[in-house]
Amino acid sequence: MSDVLTVAWKEVKELLALGGNLKGGRLGMIIMFVVFGVFLPLQSGAKWVTSPVTMMYWAWVPLMLVTGLIADSFAGERERRTLETLLASRLPDRAILLGKVAAAIAYGWGYMLVMFLCGLMTVNIAFRQGGLLLFSWSFTAAALVGGLLTAGLAASAGVLVSLRAATVRQAAQTLSVAMMLCIFVPAFGIPALPASWKASLLQAAMTLSVRQWIVAVSAILVLADAALLMAAMARFRRARLILD
Amino acid sequence: MNTTSNSGLAIRTEGLTRDFSRVRAVDGLTLEVPAGIVFGFLGPNGSGKTTTIRLLLGLLEPTSGRAEVLGIDVGKEAARVRAKAGALLEHTGLYERLSAVDNLDYYGRIARMPAADRRARIQELLTHFGLWDRRTDTVGGWSRGMKQKLAVARALLHRPALIFLDEPTASLDPVASAALRDDLARLVAREGVTVFLTTHNLAEAERLCTRVAVIRQGRLLAVGPPDELNARKGTRAEVRGSGFSDDVLARLRGRPEVTTVAASDGRLVVDLRDGAEMAPLVTLLVEQGVAVEEVRKEQARLEEVFLTLMEEER
Repeated sequence: MSDVLTVAWKEVKELLALGGNLKGGRLGMIIMFVVFGVFLPLQSGAKWVTSPVTMMYWAWVPLMLVTGLIADSFAGERERRTLETLLASRLPDRAILLGKVAAAIAYGWGYMLVMFLCGLMTVNIAFRQGGLLLFSWSFTAAALVGGLLTAGLAASAGVLVSLRAATVRQAAQTLSVAMMLCIFVPAFGIPALPASWKASLLQAAMTLSVRQWIVAVSAILVLADAALLMAAMARFRRARLILD
Repeated sequence: MNTTSNSGLAIRTEGLTRDFSRVRAVDGLTLEVPAGIVFGFLGPNGSGKTTTIRLLLGLLEPTSGRAEVLGIDVGKEAARVRAKAGALLEHTGLYERLSAVDNLDYYGRIARMPAADRRARIQELLTHFGLWDRRTDTVGGWSRGMKQKLAVARALLHRPALIFLDEPTASLDPVASAALRDDLARLVAREGVTVFLTTHNLAEAERLCTRVAVIRQGRLLAVGPPDELNARKGTRAEVRGSGFSDDVLARLRGRPEVTTVAASDGRLVVDLRDGAEMAPLVTLLVEQGVAVEEVRKEQARLEEVFLTLMEEER
C-alpha cells in the first residue's frame, strides 16, 4: 500500500507543479469550476438539489477530468523518458499501476467534490428561502459513489490505453474515440432496434425504481472498473513497456 | 545486507543471450565482475551494452543463459536485484517539472528510506555534487551536466551495493565530463560501491576502471585490467634520426620481438611484443649506421587496444 501511495504522491506533485490537468491547465479547471460550481446551479435554481440531471453531472464531471489526465500516465513517462528508470526501481508492477490510477481518481473525484460543495453554496446564497437547500442523503451517496466509479472507469480505461501508446496525443485520441463510441453507440443503436425490442426495454426500465436503477448502474460500473483494471494489470509487462 | 555472492562477485553471467527478431543483441556473454570495483563495459554503438544492463536488471528476459547479480538469480528474483542496485540508464529519467529534492525524495520513498535518513542523504549527495543551492529549482531548467550529476545522486541515494551507469558522460562537454568523473570517482571510493560502467570514452574507462570488458555485436572480445589489455597490444617505440635504409628495416622485421616496423621523414616506429627490450634494437640500429637522435618507448593506450580488437573482429 505504501508503494501505491508513493507513486500517487509523485503523480499529485507533478500535477500540482503543472497547475491543473495537462490539456487545459489552470484555465480548464477554472472554467469547469465556474460552470458546475456557479453557473449551472444559478440556472437551475432550487431544483439543483433534487433534479436527476444534477446527478448526471456528478457522474460526468470526474469522467471528463480523469480522461484529460490519465492519457499522460504511462505515455507521458515514455515520452519524457522517465519510464525506464521507474521500471528499474524496486517498485512492484501493481504499485506503479495502482498508484497512477489512484492519483487520477483522487484528482477527478476530489475536484468533483469541490464543485459539488461550491454548487450547494451557490444555490443556498442565491435561492435559500427559510431552511438550507440540501441534497438528500441518497442523492449525496449516489453522487459520490457514482462520481468515484466513473472516475475509476476513466482511470482504468486510460491506463490500459496509455500503457502501450507511443505518445500522450495518441493515448488521448484513442480515449476520445472510445468515449465517443460509448455515447454514440447507444444513442444511435437504441433507436435502430426493432419496435418490439424497444418496447420490452422500456417496460423493463419502468419496472425499476430510481434506487434500483442507481444500484444497477453502480454494479455495472464496478464490474467495468474491475475488468479494465485487471486487463491493464495483465498488459503490464516491463519488457514490453521498455521496448514499445 | 548481502552485497555480493559467496564468490565475492557482484555480477556473474553464463552464456547470456538475447535475441530481437533476427538480431542477436547479446551473444553468449559469460562474465564475472568482482565486488567493490569500477568495471568498464566498452563497445561501439549497438554492441549490446544497454541490452546487457537491461538483462542484468531483469527488465528484459534472456533468450538463453543466466545472470546472477549480488548473489541473486536475476531470472528468479529480479525485483530483489532492482531493490539492491541503483541505475542511471540511457536517459537521466528525471522528472523535469519537479525540483531536485522532490526527484530524490521520490526515489528515496520508493527505496523505503526512513524520512530522516532520506533528508540527510539527499543533503549529503546534493552537497557533494555542488547542487545543494539549487535544490528547490525545477530540474527542467538545468544544464545537462547538472542533470547528469543529479541522476548519479539518485542512483546512489539508497546506498546500493552496485550501480549501473550507462554512458554517464555521453553528451556532456569535456569540462562537465571531467567534473562528473571526478565527483563519481571520489564518491565511489568513499562508499565502496561496485560500478558497472558503460562508456564510449576510453580515456575515461582507463582512468576510472579497475577492469574492463570489450564487446562487439553482443560478443565478449576481451576482459581484464586496462594495463593487462594494453600489454597484450605490446609496446610502441619511436626512434628519431637518419639512415633508416630498406636493409635496416628488413633486419628489424626479422627480429622475433618486433611485430611491425614503419619509417618516414626521419622517424621510425617499431611495435614490440609485450616485455620486449628496446636496447638490443638500438644497438642493431647503431651498428647498421643509423644516426640515432632520440628513442621514446610507450605502452599502448586502451584506445589502440580497443580499435585493434574492433579491427580483428571485422
